Amino acid sequence: MCNCNHSADEALIPGLGVVTDIRVDTPDVKTFRVNALDGGVCFEHMPGQCAMLSIPGIGEAMFSITSSPTNTKYMEFSIKKCGCLTEWLHQIEVGQQITIRGPYGNAFPVDTEFKGKDLLFIAGGIGLAPLRSVINYVRHNREDYGHVDIVYGSRSKDDLVAYDEIIDEWCNEDDVDVYLTIDREEEGWDGHVGFVPDYVKELKFDTNKTAIVCGPPIMIKFTLAGLEELGFDKTQVYTTMELKMKCGIGKCGRCNIGSKYVCKDGPVFRCDELDELPDEY
Amino acid sequence: MYKISTDHLTELFSSISHDRALYMPIEKNGQVQFDRWMEDKKVRLDALNTVKSPKDLFFPQSENIVAFKIKGKNISIIENRDESEPFVVFGVRACDAASFDILDMVFLQDPVDTYYKARRDNGIVVTLACSEPEETCFCSVFGIDATNPSGDIATWIVDDMLYWESLTEKGERFTETIKDLFESADFLDEEALKSHKEDVEKIIEKLPLHDLSLDGFNSEAMDEKFNSPKWEELSEACIGCGTCTFICPTCQCYDIRDYDTGQGIQRFRCWDSCMYSDFTRMAHGNPRTSQVERFRQRFMHKLIYFPTNNDGVYSCVGCGRCVAKCPVSMNIVKVIKAMGVDENV
Repeated sequence: MCNCNHSADEALIPGLGVVTDIRVDTPDVKTFRVNALDGGVCFEHMPGQCAMLSIPGIGEAMFSITSSPTNTKYMEFSIKKCGCLTEWLHQIEVGQQITIRGPYGNAFPVDTEFKGKDLLFIAGGIGLAPLRSVINYVRHNREDYGHVDIVYGSRSKDDLVAYDEIIDEWCNEDDVDVYLTIDREEEGWDGHVGFVPDYVKELKFDTNKTAIVCGPPIMIKFTLAGLEELGFDKTQVYTTMELKMKCGIGKCGRCNIGSKYVCKDGPVFRCDELDELPDEY
Repeated sequence: MYKISTDHLTELFSSISHDRALYMPIEKNGQVQFDRWMEDKKVRLDALNTVKSPKDLFFPQSENIVAFKIKGKNISIIENRDESEPFVVFGVRACDAASFDILDMVFLQDPVDTYYKARRDNGIVVTLACSEPEETCFCSVFGIDATNPSGDIATWIVDDMLYWESLTEKGERFTETIKDLFESADFLDEEALKSHKEDVEKIIEKLPLHDLSLDGFNSEAMDEKFNSPKWEELSEACIGCGTCTFICPTCQCYDIRDYDTGQGIQRFRCWDSCMYSDFTRMAHGNPRTSQVERFRQRFMHKLIYFPTNNDGVYSCVGCGRCVAKCPVSMNIVKVIKAMGVDENV
């Protein structure tokens, strides 16, 4: 399964990957294409799962895998520049090797609960990264799912991640509706202007859908409230969480909330499950 | 069961240490710690609690994980874990022995931590029953019997005799290798030991914390306990020094870090503490910004979260180290008393 020299018996020892392409998505987001040293993906994963990436000497951190598992040629990570490791990653060039271990965590239930359902994806900013894996998985297995709606917003047009793929591919797909929004009016933008949670309420979606939400904590909070106002039940809404992690295997203790470890019991939670956790995320 | 006169313990230790490292409570600079035995060391089998628990024989305070060499854009991975050697740890008290079972629940759960497992496999735990439990002891609250400790081998010191009983196959195999040093215990010895245990049990029953009640600490109470206004008051004095986590036999949170050795990058792990502000700090924010939240996390984890995931086993063994060592005299006993069902205990 794994072809990146990953030590078979110890989870904490990473394998190697090589960055084969770097796409500048926004002023602070780059998407890194990563291959195993002998080509292909470093390991198999399911949409929503994560990987520990590191540049030795700089740091190691958990990132969601933004490429779909149906893409067996390479893996992709959309990474926002916001800390030591990510700043370093934003300076690397194609050909740079990195360490990688995973996959970690659970996945969105794409082969169970999501099957046959109409899906409503709601993302804010870099929150598109984990959802893009699901969206492309669903597009690849189109006949297994119902109608797809995608609501995606960012601060400005330049801050929309994966913009070209959205416009060239998602918007041209049958039975997929894409609703883009930006926070403030700007020249050259004739689309919707306003925050994601408000836009979701305006769009008045049917409640016979499964919603998948990811974005900044504040956006998630207001979007969940908006969905409830529209009549969605918490069992119909999924999100994915982010907490500090060091081991990725439920032992180092950092991502513990209540009796759950986000790295192994999450990062994907159904919103009624989140309700059972202490409010500490 | 075997026995050996306490006058001959040096011979026993010498024989054990002949082909493996032997650790036991040893006094150095006025402090008793588990340290490597040598004939000139000051053995302190009478000491109840070592300053640190013996957990670092299995989960060292810091250890190498893996190293890297960087050449331009290329990285090479060098496995250089600290090799684990066969060893015996002697004189482990019942509480600390029980803590190993709790650490096992974390580190031996899939995916197994191979660094920890290698040391568990290589280590033989020889426990020593308590004769004089102290006022800070409350292992009985967690169902631990200080007069019958677990481990691979249990021992008891009664007057000038040490009794030795193998409890596991590993313990038995090891005992076979040194059995020439022992005599077999007879009926009279069994009687003497039984009577000794009864005396100690009487002391345990009279300990001030023996009646501490854990009623109400269960997963159903998660919300109620988490939202209790008492955390504010309980944590007020906490200075976030992390002493409680380092001396605690069951605390096992860790950090993984890299440093530049000059020849490459060494990745290591070390003990960490949920009492520290950067424990959960991410580039984009921190879910626990105040000491009250961090303090609450430590005790909620030990008394509610851990038992929820581990068939009701609490992540505390009542060793009393935190009771004795916290610089502001705040500890798990005070938390249990304040947050428990019977608040006036």
